[in-house]
Amino acid sequence: MQGCLFSRRGLLAGSAALLMAPVVTIAQTSPGSGAESAVIDVNRAQAEPIPIAIPFFNAAGDKAADLAKGIAGVISNDLSGSGLFRPIDPSSFVQDAAAIATVPKWQDWKVIGARALVTGKVDQPTAGNVRVEFRLWDVLPEQQLQGTAYTTAASNWRRVGHMIADVIYERLLGEKGYFDTRIAYVSEAGPRSARIRRLAIMDQDGANSTFLTDGEWTVLEPRFHPTKNELAFLSYAGNRPRVYLFDLGSGRESLLGNFPGMTFAPRFSPRGEKVILSEAQGSGSAIVVVTLGSMSAVRLTDASAINTSPCYSPDGSQVTFNSDRDGSPQLYVMNADGSNPKRISYGQGRYFSPVWSPRGDLVAFIRQNGGSFGLGVMNTDGTAERILSEGFTVDSPTFCPNGRVIMFCRTTPATNATGAGHTSRLVSIDITGFNERMVETPTDGSDPAWSPLLS
Amino acid sequence: MKFRLIGAFAALALLAACATTPKPTTTGAGATAATQGPVPGSQQDLVQNVGDRVFFAFDQSNLSEEAVGTLTRQAAWLQKFPEVKVLVAGNCDERGTEEYNLALGWRRANAARDFLVAKGVSPSRIETISYGKDRPVALGSNEQAWAQNRNAITSVQGFNPQAK
Repeated sequence: MQGCLFSRRGLLAGSAALLMAPVVTIAQTSPGSGAESAVIDVNRAQAEPIPIAIPFFNAAGDKAADLAKGIAGVISNDLSGSGLFRPIDPSSFVQDAAAIATVPKWQDWKVIGARALVTGKVDQPTAGNVRVEFRLWDVLPEQQLQGTAYTTAASNWRRVGHMIADVIYERLLGEKGYFDTRIAYVSEAGPRSARIRRLAIMDQDGANSTFLTDGEWTVLEPRFHPTKNELAFLSYAGNRPRVYLFDLGSGRESLLGNFPGMTFAPRFSPRGEKVILSEAQGSGSAIVVVTLGSMSAVRLTDASAINTSPCYSPDGSQVTFNSDRDGSPQLYVMNADGSNPKRISYGQGRYFSPVWSPRGDLVAFIRQNGGSFGLGVMNTDGTAERILSEGFTVDSPTFCPNGRVIMFCRTTPATNATGAGHTSRLVSIDITGFNERMVETPTDGSDPAWSPLLS
Repeated sequence: MKFRLIGAFAALALLAACATTPKPTTTGAGATAATQGPVPGSQQDLVQNVGDRVFFAFDQSNLSEEAVGTLTRQAAWLQKFPEVKVLVAGNCDERGTEEYNLALGWRRANAARDFLVAKGVSPSRIETISYGKDRPVALGSNEQAWAQNRNAITSVQGFNPQAK
């Protein structure tokens, strides 16, 4: 498995050598009350995204100017991509951003309809490091909401943009953002008859996509550890499909546990000390919990039926899973010790791939009903089922850290016997069913997994 | 490497299946062998003279009459060549989720394996694997292709006639 070390260096640059020291709070005009009044109801904002002005940051020098432009672009793209913000066209700006030395000319921003204004300053990089300062202004009450400076390696400039976008999101919407995150996925390339599948990882916005494996063996189902820089995934290495761990820092792979048959469908427990997975046995599959370290395995279900796609509730007390024990694939919830399994899906069709929302209140799932596949959400007791999106097939829902957005995979059918027309793409959608977007990937993609917040 | 081999055989078998009367297919690399018929006990022998795969209904793993016939021939063939080991790979059509299909493919491979074992083939000669929906032999997206892709395919592992 030499190939697994393929892109180690790229990863180190992206994660181990992280931001040096963010968060120097700059004079904040009215703390406390200002923040409260700025919180905007997210569901209302759905219909009316918050108009926000993001002029290019002031820059001291050529290199700084490029970074400033790039950072403002990342922020704008993140915020508009959420569907909850509407960046205002810079050509309509009245006040020249460069002229905002201390306090904005409020009237100039009110007149173009801005509710919020983002300004900032980028110093010329020295010794590869750059200092980026930003301020968030609430235009109507004419006050500064936030002022923060980041010092980091200049190569981390995109991350600074994501971190600033997260601060803006949190200050204006009252809940944590999800922009400083990554997506692990399976890159798919080549003809359908000889598809090459590689583990890949990219920033949440599709930038910096890097391969983690070389494609010698099929890989599937990457899943992030909640705190460590690590993935669990399924590899066909040696033509034996089994769950492995992948250390994103070193690029090292290690087999998880010692099972005679196929293991698959891994997910970490909320605190990351266990992996829950499926073990194929006889004609079925059991749900098994492996405690990392000791590698002791505890069986939560038997294998008299297919029991797969297990996923913990965020508090770790329950597990939702997919089973055909009642004759067709349906969704179930059981206690984390395997007791008291209860079916929760009762709508029409066959149900798959339940994933518990990080907020704890919803289960996302895949439903096949006749000829179509739908991505849906339901309450954890199975009530209030809604289908958010459909496709020829959809699969592999994954929540962003605040539970607001689901990314998934959608395929299109082949249009002839050569497999032409078959595509597999990543798509994101708000849990309200709005703001569906294609996620750009360098190749076809499947099996997305959304990381926790990096900072 | 194994994947590519299996893929090549699968393509061959598919060509044969499309023709109205099965006839031996001659390809560049295997031409010498093919003109004299496949080497007994080889993958090609299995494909041409026995049948290397059985098919399943949607979301099912029970063996049809036809499947029972094919597997019965496979069991007899395996008893004729006791040195041959096989891999039985279970596959699914594309209309399901990755994880469920891995389990379903496993169940299909296991159904074929259990039948071979019941017919007297030693379990130690049979490995099973599931490729879920990731190794379609028919590349279209229609009922005909899906029927081809819901299968368990037996392939010869490590057969080496020169070694004998």
